[in-house]
Amino acid sequence: MSEHTHPARPAPDPGHSADHVVPLGTYLAVFAALMVLTVLTVAASRVDLGMLNTPVALGIAIVKAGLVILFFMHVKYGSRLIALFLAAAFGWLALMLVGTGADYISRGPVDPRPDRPVVPGSPTP
Amino acid sequence: MSEATHAADHHPALAHHFRSLPEQKEAASLGMWAFLAQEVMFFGGLFLAYAIYRALYPRAFAEAAHHLDWKLGAFNTAVLIGSSLTMALAVHAAALGHRKKIVTNLLLTIVLGAVFLGVKVVEYRDKFAHHLVPGPGFQFDGSDPRAAQVFYSLYFAMTGLHALHMIIGIPILATLAWLARKGRYSPAYHTPVEMTGLYWHFVDIVWIFLFPLLYLIHG
Repeated sequence: MSEHTHPARPAPDPGHSADHVVPLGTYLAVFAALMVLTVLTVAASRVDLGMLNTPVALGIAIVKAGLVILFFMHVKYGSRLIALFLAAAFGWLALMLVGTGADYISRGPVDPRPDRPVVPGSPTP
Repeated sequence: MSEATHAADHHPALAHHFRSLPEQKEAASLGMWAFLAQEVMFFGGLFLAYAIYRALYPRAFAEAAHHLDWKLGAFNTAVLIGSSLTMALAVHAAALGHRKKIVTNLLLTIVLGAVFLGVKVVEYRDKFAHHLVPGPGFQFDGSDPRAAQVFYSLYFAMTGLHALHMIIGIPILATLAWLARKGRYSPAYHTPVEMTGLYWHFVDIVWIFLFPLLYLIHG
């Protein structure tokens, strides 16, 4: 990276912080990483990983989203309050997904169509 | 107050209820992040519905997903990531005060966004031609057409709302390009460019999840 790179994260100082100018090289490196990860997503989908297919695809997507959030959206350089807002968003999302998911898993066979009993996870008849 | 803010005290963009431009920018950022948190919940509900129905009908979802062209999806992913780069470069140029580069990068972002939407039109047209649009005309040659219809309902809801976000974003980008050309933004004040950047990157992130979940289902 260039000499503009800050050696350490400066202390967040919401009221007074001057604009942190992220070096151009960082943006280009993040872009390259995102493209490589996109190729990796497609490549992974060509291989049968069994149960791991979806977790691998989601894992790569989470890494990509993390890169966009930290560097393109400047969360790495922003105040802690913004990081807290971000954490709150994903915290509530996790509550919704886990809470509803737990409900569906613990109910046993569920199908909105009464004439077609289907067990979750089994192939559709 | 630091000396950096002295020059900003009388900046025309500084609203009277803020002491300094950095303080104003911090307030704008928090407001934008609160909006994006709400957007996470908005799309989150759709992702939740997707997860539940895919767990219920894994085979029908895999069959239905095979009618989507993963090559077009991958191409659009690359286009959208490219538009995120040009958006980030527009913010970068604004922070350095390079007026011409702001305009160029904003226009590139608009072009890439339009390419994405153009590919989406081609894809949607193909779904209409093949009777894969949910409704009375839906036809699916698979094991469970009704479950496949659920997949396509989610496909159109999720990609449609995602595309709507881009359709809203493009005129905002055009307005920014116009104002940047007139010299409205400087290293001291370019908050609208930054906030629109946050919005555009968020839209990119939604697609980063939609692409593997809709186009790359194994089965």
